[in-house]
Amino acid sequence: MDSLIGESKPALRDGVPEITPAVELRRVSLSFEEKPVLDDVSFRLGAGETLVLLGVTGSGKSVLLKLILGLLKPDSGQVLVDGQDLTPLAETELFPLRRKMGIVFQEGALFDSLSVYENVAYRLREEGEKDEEQIEHRVREVLRFVELEHTLDKMPAELSGGMRRRVSIARAIVSDPSIMLYDSPTAGLDPVTAHTINVLIAKLRDVQGVSTLVVTHRLADAFVLANFMYSPEKMALVPAAADGATGRSFTTRFLVLRDGLVHFWGSKEEITSNPDPYLRKFLA
Amino acid sequence: MNGLSLDNFVKRKVLAVQEFTEYLTNSIRHLFTPPRYLIDTLIQMDVIGFGSLPIVLLTALSIGGVLALQTHRTLSTFGETALLGQVVALSMVREIGPLLTALMVAGRISSGIASEIGSMLVSEQIDAMRALGTDPLRKLVSPRLYATVATLPLLTVLSDFFGMMGGALVSMSTAHLSSAEYWNSALQALHSEDIIQGLTKPFFFAVAIALVGCYFGLHTKGGTEGVGRATTQAVVGACVLILLLDFFYTKFLMAIGFF
Repeated sequence: MDSLIGESKPALRDGVPEITPAVELRRVSLSFEEKPVLDDVSFRLGAGETLVLLGVTGSGKSVLLKLILGLLKPDSGQVLVDGQDLTPLAETELFPLRRKMGIVFQEGALFDSLSVYENVAYRLREEGEKDEEQIEHRVREVLRFVELEHTLDKMPAELSGGMRRRVSIARAIVSDPSIMLYDSPTAGLDPVTAHTINVLIAKLRDVQGVSTLVVTHRLADAFVLANFMYSPEKMALVPAAADGATGRSFTTRFLVLRDGLVHFWGSKEEITSNPDPYLRKFLA
Repeated sequence: MNGLSLDNFVKRKVLAVQEFTEYLTNSIRHLFTPPRYLIDTLIQMDVIGFGSLPIVLLTALSIGGVLALQTHRTLSTFGETALLGQVVALSMVREIGPLLTALMVAGRISSGIASEIGSMLVSEQIDAMRALGTDPLRKLVSPRLYATVATLPLLTVLSDFFGMMGGALVSMSTAHLSSAEYWNSALQALHSEDIIQGLTKPFFFAVAIALVGCYFGLHTKGGTEGVGRATTQAVVGACVLILLLDFFYTKFLMAIGFF
């Protein structure tokens, strides 16, 4: 299994090895109060690719996202974003790197004292945008993308769980990040709302070419992202091959964490055909 | 407690002191460097300063009155009730005004800050803030620190005045002093060193109130239960720190011969 982990299989794009992966972890370990959370984790996410991170609760999935954002520092190993190691960087030095990334937290993590408009505009203001017209134009544009333009003046408490996640997606993409991280974006949502979120994730990935890392324990969501792609013409998900996008499933990889270790790394075909009992439990 | 857990306990405490020192240094350093969040600071000034006004003034009025009542009993034994204004003014301006105001604001503000920031932490809003390119120390701590440092001395001045007003009401109704007798006695007793002493203390107390509240909020652990714990710890921590600062600052002023 170890031989499958990231560094042994550089991502391919049109048959050409990716020189600089969007995200790469090299032998990352992290412990909290002497309890290991991640142990020697390595993988890479190529530009424009999708990585689905699976694992049971407490397997270190969310921690891994925080490491990629530089919200946590590993005890050992390297975390590279667009080829730059962020482990030795100070908080202020991380800000330019974080601009390349957007994150959707599990519960949305919207600022509850700010309206939807102010939540989405937050990053633009932090980046120094002063032109209110420009801000409003961009905020409306991304809220239209998630089909929530009508919620502009609402407070987060007035939104449903699914709407909060969609606003969170809008907030994350407002400054056009090239990497999107999703922490259990469909957890606790009904199947219809969960599908809406999956469509948005695929839309961002397929229309804007955003590198995508999705943490989930819902395998169905993972296979939706692996088997379908967003068709702008039909404004819906279509089977990858039907849209002429052959090979889409090969750019969606799966990584399974178990007790802080990488238990599996590979393609959809590899995970579905793998006889490993632990993986079979996931696929059941 | 076995050797290992004692060792861990000591390590945790030393680490906490180290973290607080680093946090204190960074928070104060951020006061002098951009970016600054002016709107957030003004909002906090309203919440901390204007919001605390009713409770601070009511407490001061009450304490000033009680002080005059209690002192009147003692002074009347010696026929020195004319000194009531002096006793109340000196007590309020030197000690009770700054201390009581700080304790009242600590109870109201440290807890509010800790619970607000703690709730943001457990709902990942602080992580979201960092992910969106904001330093939480600048966005959350500095405005609260600025606002508390700016408003606590003003609250103290009003508290001193309302305390003396409370004393005046009691002196006129119980000790049958005239208003002129009370205020003459009070104002003649006050010297510049009393006023300086009483107005410099709030700056130290304000730093304690804001930073302790923010510190416990930013170190909340364990969901909503943790928020409750952080709130309690913030109030207790801020009050203890205020009392210690009061003692050592007074001692320091005496040591340098300030009064």
